[in-house]
Amino acid sequence: MSALTESRVISARFGKPQSWTLASYRADGGYETFLSVLKTKKPDEVIAEVKASGLKGRGGAGFSTGMKWSFVPKGTTKPVYLCVNGDESEPGTFKDRQIVEMDPHQLLEGVGITCFAIGAHTAYVYLRCEFAEGLRKVGAAIKEAYAAGLFGKNIGGSGFDLDVHLHMGAGAYICGEETSLLNSIEGVRPYPRNKPPFPAVEGLFGCPTIINNVETIANIPHIMKRGAAWHAGLGHKEDPGSRLWCVSGHVNKPGVYELETGYSLQALIDGLCGGMRRGKKLKCVIPGGSSSRVLTADEVRTVTMDVPCMKRVNSSLGSAGIIVLDESVDMVDAVLNLMKFYAHESCGQCTPCREGSPWLVKILSRIAHGQGRPQDLELILDIADNMEGRTVCALADGACWPLISILTKFRHEFQAKIDAAARSGAAGAPTGVRAPAGAH
Amino acid sequence: MLPETLKSEIVELTSHYPHARAALVPALRAAQRDLGWLGKETQTEVASLLGITALEVHEVVSFYPMLYDKPVGRHVIHVCRTLSCDACGGKELWKHLESKLGVTRGGTTADGRFTLMSAECLASCGTAPVLLLDNERHENLSHAQVDKLLEAAR
Ligand SMILES: Cc1cc2nc3c(=O)[nH]c(=O)nc-3n(C[C@H](O)[C@H](O)[C@H](O)COP(=O)(O)O)c2cc1C
Ligand code: SF4
Ligand code: FES
Repeated sequence: MSALTESRVISARFGKPQSWTLASYRADGGYETFLSVLKTKKPDEVIAEVKASGLKGRGGAGFSTGMKWSFVPKGTTKPVYLCVNGDESEPGTFKDRQIVEMDPHQLLEGVGITCFAIGAHTAYVYLRCEFAEGLRKVGAAIKEAYAAGLFGKNIGGSGFDLDVHLHMGAGAYICGEETSLLNSIEGVRPYPRNKPPFPAVEGLFGCPTIINNVETIANIPHIMKRGAAWHAGLGHKEDPGSRLWCVSGHVNKPGVYELETGYSLQALIDGLCGGMRRGKKLKCVIPGGSSSRVLTADEVRTVTMDVPCMKRVNSSLGSAGIIVLDESVDMVDAVLNLMKFYAHESCGQCTPCREGSPWLVKILSRIAHGQGRPQDLELILDIADNMEGRTVCALADGACWPLISILTKFRHEFQAKIDAAARSGAAGAPTGVRAPAGAH
Repeated sequence: MLPETLKSEIVELTSHYPHARAALVPALRAAQRDLGWLGKETQTEVASLLGITALEVHEVVSFYPMLYDKPVGRHVIHVCRTLSCDACGGKELWKHLESKLGVTRGGTTADGRFTLMSAECLASCGTAPVLLLDNERHENLSHAQVDKLLEAAR
């Protein structure tokens, strides 16, 4: 097997001294693309270029970025907004944080080009408040860009005006859902909105709004500099590009690695990640952030990291948060941990999600604590069936996908605990559920 | 009363938006940074600066885990409890902190120095276990390193 090497497009400047400063960014040619786009391109040409590049959103849903931009109504008289989604709270995902901490100007140059393309004169960069360092870095970078005339009025003499503001959340996963993010910015309770209307038509303050992930926007300067054909030629034909893969869990060298799409997942684990920790065996991988379906060790050996392949194995790349778990992991505990996450983060707007997610925690807790009942697995599937596809936003689906796939692929582990409970007579005790101890 | 500097910071924040109300979450975070937590009076004052009702502020405060509507200790610790951390030392870190500080989740030490909270994934899963101490991230933590951190936080 040939050794994997990183492709380093988005991460090319990570680790350079003072990589986050304007001086360092400009020394590497930063903002030249933005200024030349302003002078030489029409907005529609930028949109066409991004469409032709094949870039898909990096926030989770993987929608074509150029296509999304083209949904802003032509000739609208309302202001248009760009919101950059840096809420990054999907368990297993930690790439956007690296971009905002290590190369905030790369993101801001992308913001400038994107705003020009969609006709926006105001952009909000939304970061979760836990990104103290990222907030400092992006805040300082915005100031530098204004001072250098890269934001503000009549940028580079082009007549294009742009204001960029930093906005922060306050610790809620749901605010990463794009319409919840809009309500979060507006200062109301951040419940996700029903769609339609889609944000591109009626978004922030009722105006046309494009919401894109941090990594998506960081790709834009590279595409405009090197051209759509260059990007379309990276990695897998049907899902091209270079992505930041976040590997966590039981590998020797967890971290963020940049690779073109289409590489073998097993090779990433064995190669760049240095293999499994303490020589243990791989049990499973959750490949696209916690809201994706689990892959068994056998499946991991066969898959490549691109949308078409993940579809074939009925999983998804989501936010590229790859959680690697070894044989020591108890899958009942693992799924209970995740269901606590979804129950905690449900905004409470839809009944199936608000009621279903804590129920799942209750039932899984009793199985984990040796008090599972024979009918519990059917009960779990029944509750999940009531949640999936029946809610305002995809959080409920995101809870069901890991749950059902883990329950299906590792059913024997759940069954063994329930059988043991039946033998010991603990199952069906009238008190049923014991309160989970502490935070775990 | 909100300090004058905080008031002018909040007024400046409102200039970023077409409607002052949109500055609410950043304004509350700024207030919490200066005052420790968001009492009723603080919420009412922020409301009047933004031209909304105290109830509208409360609806938002009560939603977000990182906005505190109850007093907290001088230092707030958030330990990540989500899967990657849990599988890589997070469980043990949590137990260590509970026993060291003698509090359970959400509790504040008797001397008012620390409040211990858990947090969901902090986007540092590759450097588990992870915690925030007064919103600053600390990664790859051994128990000895945590002890040092706590000693330095007076
Ligand atoms: C519950 C939930 C949480 C989400 N969290 C994030 C997030 O933290 N960051 C993000 O970019 N997208 C997140 N998304 C996806 C966004 O709704 C949206 O699709 C994305 O920001 C669009 O950007 P993209 O097209 O550039 O990927 C989340 C979606 C859901 C349903
Ligand atoms: S699915 Fe859950 S998180 Fe999403 S809107 Fe409904 S209740 Fe809220
Ligand atoms: S699971 Fe702890 S930082 Fe992501």
